[in-house]
Amino acid sequence: MVHFTAEEKAVITGLWGKVNVEETGGEAVGRLLVVYPWTQRFFDSFGNMSSPSAIMGNPKVKAHGKKVLTSFGDAVKNMDNLKGTFAKLSELHCDKLHVDPENFRLLGNMIVIILASHFGREFTPEVQAAWQKLVAGVATALAHKYH
Amino acid sequence: MVHLSAEEKEAVLGLWGKVNVDEVGGEALGRLLVVYPWTQRFFESFGDLSSADAVIGNPKVKAHGKKVLQSFSDGLKHLDNLKGTFAKLSELHCDQLHVDPENFRLLGNVIVVVLARHFGKDFNPDVQAAFQKVVAGVANALAHKYH
Repeated sequence: MVHFTAEEKAVITGLWGKVNVEETGGEAVGRLLVVYPWTQRFFDSFGNMSSPSAIMGNPKVKAHGKKVLTSFGDAVKNMDNLKGTFAKLSELHCDKLHVDPENFRLLGNMIVIILASHFGREFTPEVQAAWQKLVAGVATALAHKYH
Repeated sequence: MVHLSAEEKEAVLGLWGKVNVDEVGGEALGRLLVVYPWTQRFFESFGDLSSADAVIGNPKVKAHGKKVLQSFSDGLKHLDNLKGTFAKLSELHCDQLHVDPENFRLLGNVIVVVLARHFGKDFNPDVQAAFQKVVAGVANALAHKYH
């Protein structure tokens, strides 16, 4: 189980309060699909993903990104029980969606990169360290029910 | 071998031209030591690494970060032959320094985060994708001579 100190929790929730979940979600999923093109295979029904600008502008990508990052918001509210919080989603991604859990780590990296690009100076090393712990914890929680 | 299109090379070199290699090197190495604390074991002679501020302000960290990123910069001049360019460094990191090659991928991720932080919007998805290819290529090249 991943353990967060009081300072780490404060730093995470502090930054999260300033995040535009809809925009950041769309950007995170979009960048995942651009940087790691094989991930597009999970989104065949999304339509035009033929170029980075097509992907970043694709309304289904944005909508799904918003959904994914809204769910990530649950992680921020339940840092002491990530495995419980993501149990159902873990089962879904294994049994129905057949997503390799490595992709959760890749998406986590994308989220960190976007936070860095949006928050600049504010994204200090401590903030980065806390967030990288969180995204790693979420990736592990999402992989937890895999069999 | 990493293959970059002409556009990708242009994107990478274009951004790199604006990078303060000394500063970014120190920041990248510092953040590696903060975000992945076990990496401090390779730098026991560096003195005070007891807190994020101590790490980031540590002159040996800054100096070594500068050295590492200058070497990375050389790699960017030889994108068609990363394995050859980093062959000696690969042997050094295996035979003398005993560094797990996974750490090269971690440092690559941190470099991408630092670039995102510095360049904000300019670090768009295409630039990010090109850079992530480069850092992965450098990490592979550094691991290539391991035995």
